[in-house]
Amino acid sequence: MLYSEKVMDHFTNPRNVGTIENADGIGEVGNAKCGDIMKIFLKIKDGIIEDVKFSTFGCGSAIASSSMATEMIKGKPLSQALELTNKAVVEALDGLPAHKIHCSVLAEEAVKAAIKDYYDKNGIEYDAELFKDAHDCEHCH
Amino acid sequence: MKTIYVDNAATTKMSKAAVEAMLPYLEDNYGNPSSLHTVGQLAAEALFEARKTVAECIGADPREIYFTSGGSESDNQALLSAAESGARKGKKHIISDKIEHHAILHSLNRLEKLGYEVTLLDVDGEGNVDPESVRAAIRPDTCLVTIMAANNEIGTIMPIKEIAEICREKGVIFHTDAVQAAGHIPLDVKEIGCDMLSVSAHKFHGPKGVGALYVRKGIVLSNLIEGGAQERGKRAGTENIAGICAMAAALKEATENLPANMKKLTEMRDRLIEGLSEIPHSVLNGSRTSRLPGNVNMCFEGIEGESLLLLLDAKGICASSGSACTSGSLDPSHVLLAIGRPHEVAHGSLRLSLSEYNTPEEMEYIIKQVPEVVAYLRRISPVWQDLQEGKRKYVIQ
Repeated sequence: MLYSEKVMDHFTNPRNVGTIENADGIGEVGNAKCGDIMKIFLKIKDGIIEDVKFSTFGCGSAIASSSMATEMIKGKPLSQALELTNKAVVEALDGLPAHKIHCSVLAEEAVKAAIKDYYDKNGIEYDAELFKDAHDCEHCH
Repeated sequence: MKTIYVDNAATTKMSKAAVEAMLPYLEDNYGNPSSLHTVGQLAAEALFEARKTVAECIGADPREIYFTSGGSESDNQALLSAAESGARKGKKHIISDKIEHHAILHSLNRLEKLGYEVTLLDVDGEGNVDPESVRAAIRPDTCLVTIMAANNEIGTIMPIKEIAEICREKGVIFHTDAVQAAGHIPLDVKEIGCDMLSVSAHKFHGPKGVGALYVRKGIVLSNLIEGGAQERGKRAGTENIAGICAMAAALKEATENLPANMKKLTEMRDRLIEGLSEIPHSVLNGSRTSRLPGNVNMCFEGIEGESLLLLLDAKGICASSGSACTSGSLDPSHVLLAIGRPHEVAHGSLRLSLSEYNTPEEMEYIIKQVPEVVAYLRRISPVWQDLQEGKRKYVIQ
């Protein structure tokens, strides 16, 4: 099989699918031309991610990565969510094929983009260093 | 759960006739046709008969058939041969088109590195090469035109007879990659008027790892593989007798059943196209009429093909897609891009390729399942949300 059982589980039964009305933070990364877009919606209260939803256009591993990433940050303080790495997503999924690693990178970036959006909207100061690795889709055009 | 295999353009199930033709040469008649003794000569006779059968099926003389390891090798050898013949006369220009199989396109890349100039013709929105564009592209130094008989992804049947005629008129060698056409539509090399033609056994219910190259008498072949004097010195290596006999049996069967199979497949194909076209914002890729009997290829806006394939697989449907994710490459199908589909739409393609082993009941199952999977993926797709909210414009109406 191309994918682990974990990936197939999160792909066929994705957790936290959907949108949040009046979300506190929204992050969208990737582009349709490359074949994957991830959008993450956050509901934040007292620095805690109360709820998270996602929608993803992409392959099985992109959908599974989004699902897993949302599970990993749900109910967590923002500081902890910001520490989420693509590597942690890959490990939680019991691995991804080499050419699918960028899907987990997108998931990490989508989470960060949503948190950055929340900070920006609320005028909360942050260390710009945290968000410097924005994915520029260099893997295609 | 029943498996519905609709990826016959990738490969096919071997027919019973092909398996039966193969077995004696694996078990009892294991001789080397180059051996003089009885065991070897039994194999030599089988090889002789298989060559005759393959030749008859495509209207060739047995001496014009060279057995190879498959379609890719046939394509490689055809292109190299014409290129080397051309170079001897100072002709180093080759014409092809943008939707050829990679066995052709990558061979052409290699020839370019060796100093050849390659013109890749555009195709129209249905994937057709205009014969007049071939005529316009031919130069005094053109040594080869290579245009496929039918496209492997979108099933478009090319006007190769017209193209062959232009090439003959201009004195340029014409090769056609007929890997998807052989055994599926009528194919007669004399009627087409081609100089070389490639076929692959596993596309018509023969085994993998065996193919043939038709080479018209008078065309000089270059070797890809040097060694013994097999295949009249043009393709070294002990012949794959079992595979060759199975290919001959499969092609004979496919040729005999051609009219009946074409009718059955065309009916199932048209039912699928009709049923799947009901999905909103979907479009058929390729020609509605000049199309391989078993090919359906559609794009569904707002979704990505790999996830579509995986969910269909979970429902027992084995298909393929031109999405970048399915190939491990970064770009979606070069064929879909060449017929004008934008990247984001090309990612959402589905190819269903039928064989005579499929049934109308299976088509109904597919027509029921695909819309459900497409709807599910659209529900979780931000692209689809943007399309619905008018933030993004539909490409497919």
